[in-house]
Amino acid sequence: MRRLLFLIPLVLAIAAVHLLCAWTGTLYYLTQMTMSAYYSLLVIGLCVVMGYAGQISLGHAGFFAIGGYLAAAFTTRNLAGLQDALPVRMLDAAGLLVSGRDVYGGAQLVVTPWAACVAAVLAAALIALLIGIPVLKLKGHYLAMATLGFGIIIYKIALAVPYFGGADGISEVPPFNLLPGLAITGGSANRIANYYIAWTLVLLGVTLLWNLIHSRVGRALRAIHGSERAADSIGVDTARYKLYTFMLSAVFAALAGVFLTHYNGGIGPSEAGVMKSVRYVAIVAVGGMAHIWGALVMGTLLNFLSLRGVFGTYDDAVFGAILILIMLFAPEGILQTGIMDRLRRLVSRREED
Amino acid sequence: MALLEVDSLRRCFGGLVAVKDVSFAVEKGVIKAVIGPNGAGKTTLFNLISRALAPTAGRVRFDGCDLQGKKPHQVASMGMARTFQNIEMFSGMTALENVMVGCHVRSRAGFLASMFALPWTRPEERKIRERSLALLDLLGLADLADKEAAGLAFGQQRAVEFARALAMEPTLLLLDEPAAGLNIYETAEVGRLITRIRDLGVTILLVEHDMSLVMEISDEIVVLSFGQVIAQGPPQAIQQDPDVVRIYLGE
Repeated sequence: MRRLLFLIPLVLAIAAVHLLCAWTGTLYYLTQMTMSAYYSLLVIGLCVVMGYAGQISLGHAGFFAIGGYLAAAFTTRNLAGLQDALPVRMLDAAGLLVSGRDVYGGAQLVVTPWAACVAAVLAAALIALLIGIPVLKLKGHYLAMATLGFGIIIYKIALAVPYFGGADGISEVPPFNLLPGLAITGGSANRIANYYIAWTLVLLGVTLLWNLIHSRVGRALRAIHGSERAADSIGVDTARYKLYTFMLSAVFAALAGVFLTHYNGGIGPSEAGVMKSVRYVAIVAVGGMAHIWGALVMGTLLNFLSLRGVFGTYDDAVFGAILILIMLFAPEGILQTGIMDRLRRLVSRREED
Repeated sequence: MALLEVDSLRRCFGGLVAVKDVSFAVEKGVIKAVIGPNGAGKTTLFNLISRALAPTAGRVRFDGCDLQGKKPHQVASMGMARTFQNIEMFSGMTALENVMVGCHVRSRAGFLASMFALPWTRPEERKIRERSLALLDLLGLADLADKEAAGLAFGQQRAVEFARALAMEPTLLLLDEPAAGLNIYETAEVGRLITRIRDLGVTILLVEHDMSLVMEISDEIVVLSFGQVIAQGPPQAIQQDPDVVRIYLGE
């Protein structure tokens, strides 16, 4: 249990934010805090790929979109017309379908959120596997370009395929009953409960990744980052480890997509956009690359500010600028002690002049 | 049967034959050295043996098993460890962590077991740490355990690299120019280390430029020139071999 003590500050912070919002009468902030939590789920997964295994992905908005779009499509697209088709009958027999009435009162038959979630996440993992096998042989900017290409393809598919709703995306996504009485859904009545659901999921995610990076596997990943050749010579199956890490982060991204889509009640093509991927990379960089905590804190903070509209129409530009500034001045992230030293040195140099 | 058998190994880079039908064997428990002038193909030969490069023709048998089609990490898990000419420390990791990575093939916690911190992973992790500390201690590096490995002195990094290789519990250790970049004192220290490792029961094959080191510690020597074996034998015989003398000292 002592290993989990690191979670205490996070639990306290989560409760503190709630109390602070309640005290200042700004409970509506919890909506954006909930959405930020789900984005952070993606960011911490990407952090393991980038910071620990040392691989870059400019396509993670694609995995988020795969999760979100498939969950949305499966739970809203009416299968009533296909009721007699064998696959639909089999799904029904397995209890994976739920029937009801659509807004016009017609018969509606859709996949249950749990089944849709599992299918969406498996799809993301499978696509990560198929993309990862050829693409992870690349390094540096070649890998960045290849993953960027993947992200663009997913974006175009979301935009072009009628099943995914084109430019409108998919709306009317039903709540996701995680456990009896615990549903992921928007609306002010469920705000506080959903804030805690989201952050409980983040706590779970952080715990799993924290365990991973402090294990034999985590060491092997850092070794790959340090010297792939040497890691190979020591018996680390570098190709397989990079692939599994990539798939793991795709699963985190897809889960984030599934949860946020149920919370928002829909998803649109902007979630699959390339600028979203750039934003996630920028957040991991600001957080200090190999720092789950940094990624979590910066992911929550920046997404919260962005969702509150603080950056206005310059939203994407802000994240672009952050990426440039971080690469130039604080490649170790801004939560590192190094940056304080560097600033101090900068100041003292001024004084000497 | 020899531990390592290299049989008519050949590797071409375009029109250049870097390693040309090289054959030799390494018996268990010896220190064998491969020497030769710059560009003789020594490092290529090492890369072929450890499967970092695939040969154009020929075979390598290790511990009675043909390495044809094996990947470097598979060869490593069979008990063949190697070090690099330009020491490849894992940067951003401490000396201890570097050695702990060396235990990779002798432990088994995978992605899921690690993420869920299954109960059996904890004793394994503790064993990895204890073994690694013991190895650092054995090589006289105990005080440096928590120092960042890439920031250590060159000679110390070399020793950490040895410890990391030993953590794999290898039967054969390939050393690519272990004395490169070291001064004479450090070289002598590395020589003592190598014989100590041999005495632990690890067979050693090394590539080296430093003649005094090679002559002092090797049981057998293979001389390469332009990718070909021109002489093989114990150090005294090699020192008197007219071909070897001609290559090293000129006509």
